[in-house]
Amino acid sequence: MDLLRFITSGSVDDGKSTLIGRLLYDSHAVFEDQLQAMRKASRKAYLADGAPDLAILTDGLKAEREQGITIDVAYKYFATPKRKFIIADAPGHIQYTRNMVTGASNSDLAIILIDARHGVVEQTRRHACIAKLLSIPHLVVAVNKMDMVSYDEQVFYRIAAAFKSLMPEGSFQSVHFIPISALHGDNVVSSSERMPWYAEPSLLAYLEELPLKPRERQGPARMPVQWVIRPQSEDLHDYRGYAGRVIGGALHVGDAVQVWPSGLETCIKSIELGHQVLHEAHHGQSVTIQLTDQLDVSRGDLIASVAHPPVLSHRLRAQICWMDDHKMLRPGTKMLLQHQSRRLRCIVEQLVEKMDIYSLQAIPAECAGLNDIVTVDIRLASPLAFDPYCDSRHTGAFILLDEHTGQTLAGGMILHALD
Amino acid sequence: MNTYLDWLESEAIHILREAAGQFERPVLLFSGGKDSITLVHLAAKAFYPGRIPFPLLHIDTGHNFKETLEFRDQLAARIGVQLIVRYVEDSIRQGKATEPQGKNASRNALQSITLLDAIEEFGFDACIGGARRDEEKARAKERIFSVRNAFGEWNPRCQRPELWSLYNGKIQPGENVRVFPISNWTELDVWHYIQREHIALPSLYFAHQRNVVMRNGVCMAAEPCLHIADDEVVLNKLVRFRTIGDVTCTAAFESHAATVEDILLELHDIRYSERGARLDDTTSEAAMEERKKAGYF
Repeated sequence: MDLLRFITSGSVDDGKSTLIGRLLYDSHAVFEDQLQAMRKASRKAYLADGAPDLAILTDGLKAEREQGITIDVAYKYFATPKRKFIIADAPGHIQYTRNMVTGASNSDLAIILIDARHGVVEQTRRHACIAKLLSIPHLVVAVNKMDMVSYDEQVFYRIAAAFKSLMPEGSFQSVHFIPISALHGDNVVSSSERMPWYAEPSLLAYLEELPLKPRERQGPARMPVQWVIRPQSEDLHDYRGYAGRVIGGALHVGDAVQVWPSGLETCIKSIELGHQVLHEAHHGQSVTIQLTDQLDVSRGDLIASVAHPPVLSHRLRAQICWMDDHKMLRPGTKMLLQHQSRRLRCIVEQLVEKMDIYSLQAIPAECAGLNDIVTVDIRLASPLAFDPYCDSRHTGAFILLDEHTGQTLAGGMILHALD
Repeated sequence: MNTYLDWLESEAIHILREAAGQFERPVLLFSGGKDSITLVHLAAKAFYPGRIPFPLLHIDTGHNFKETLEFRDQLAARIGVQLIVRYVEDSIRQGKATEPQGKNASRNALQSITLLDAIEEFGFDACIGGARRDEEKARAKERIFSVRNAFGEWNPRCQRPELWSLYNGKIQPGENVRVFPISNWTELDVWHYIQREHIALPSLYFAHQRNVVMRNGVCMAAEPCLHIADDEVVLNKLVRFRTIGDVTCTAAFESHAATVEDILLELHDIRYSERGARLDDTTSEAAMEERKKAGYF
């Protein structure tokens, strides 16, 4: 059994909460007492036909229930015998780009909901654009509320064609279209008898069967050092273990590696996790490694295979999503940049352009505020070892912090190094 | 990386190492329940062959099961980690907390007061806890690194965005961070992991004979600290606990599950949530959210 993390996005009233409620309810991830408590709390707990309103399963905060909206990203869990699923439920309002970017950063797949009555709208385009920006590999376009258009196949194919014309070919590893009714359960967990013209599996069956091959798994191996283990006990007097989580391909005992930013070369002497001795460590695995040479290695360093070294630079160009309500981004803004286990000071040299959230066109920018997606040039206090985001969603990503308050101001994706 | 359990384990270890790496004085909040026992197991693994680089802190309401306390002391001794215990009783004696009255009186909510005092006393800047997002709807929105202001309060509407696996623990003096390494685990995941790793648990989790009183359809342990009304009948039943808080706030239920395997089978069929057996969450729709805002675990 493996794991799939996905994000759901859609405009207000696209039925996103109902869809999630349906997936949770039909996969028995909701308990009776939770349903009872929510029914008691919510006046609109039942729909016209007497079925429970599944949307009430997803609103977590008091203010959300009071206002009937989703404010923040909520994480939901369910499992089938084939897979464990983690849903990042991101609100759809335009002012919550921040939340969609947050939810998308960890997702392998995005479900974009389209209301069959309204077809592709501005929000659809924006959500697809963010999914692409964050390099989510797989996309599912769910055309919802098919019951409101008499389950008409022409409506579905028209919307699919409109969506295809929107996104350039090759934007995602896979794009799949599926007509559903979250309210009535058509094509959500089981195939719909009301849409015999659609012969493909239900949404859940598709999510269960989709082969997952993260691009990173084939990429070059890296391990950011989080912590140095030095027991300094009598029997382990000279033991120095470097603790971290492997990113990219595998690291093996005997592999030649370099430690960045110093660039010093050495070999992997051992790989362990707890009492287990391993021969190799794969993408995503937390391990402790020992090196053959006594080098000065500490938290923040990056261990990488010699065959595929990372880029080392003290200047870089990146796309960032600005996430702070109060502070504006201007040329000359100084901040802290956190990249894996390393944190260093940086200054934004210039704003190159920003993406207009309505037209999705690049426009000139002098400053940026909440929810703006901007291309910037950044100078770092010392050289950083990284990979472009298109090669790695891990070593290509960073966050920007306020030096004083510590607030997370932005999430960033590295495009390339600058001279 | 063969299974999703390996993935969850690796993620939790990564978070524990970030907590150790980013903070001056982290502490692991230990309750004696299965989630915090699992956390201790993960921490031992994360820093092996070194020792866990932070102490355990237990806030004792004074109404704990003796099985919990014995287990706690044995565990700390076995893995050689420092154990700090602070008592709600002391907060009451110092006039910082008021003893609740009545039939369903519980010191559970008072733990926040003792906890915030302990944080100040030791200068802890990070408290690592075993909360999971599947437990409760307010928790579903909580970050893995969750900032508390100088009053220990959680502000759900001003949480820091948390992207990729980049956890931001930079804070100002007086603030602290709650760190939740098993946020993405469900109750079933924890039990599957306990089974795989052969993690020892207090006997309370397994079916045993116990004197109980029935209250709102659940079995409350008939311990001296529980107020038992004249019209309540003490019965001896075969029960187990699904979640362990103190005597006054956690209920047992009738069960024959004597092993981890039995428990997994039982959980696959159960229709009630884990926290449904906790009186502290059923008091109001937003009970957990309100307690969290005030500094609860």
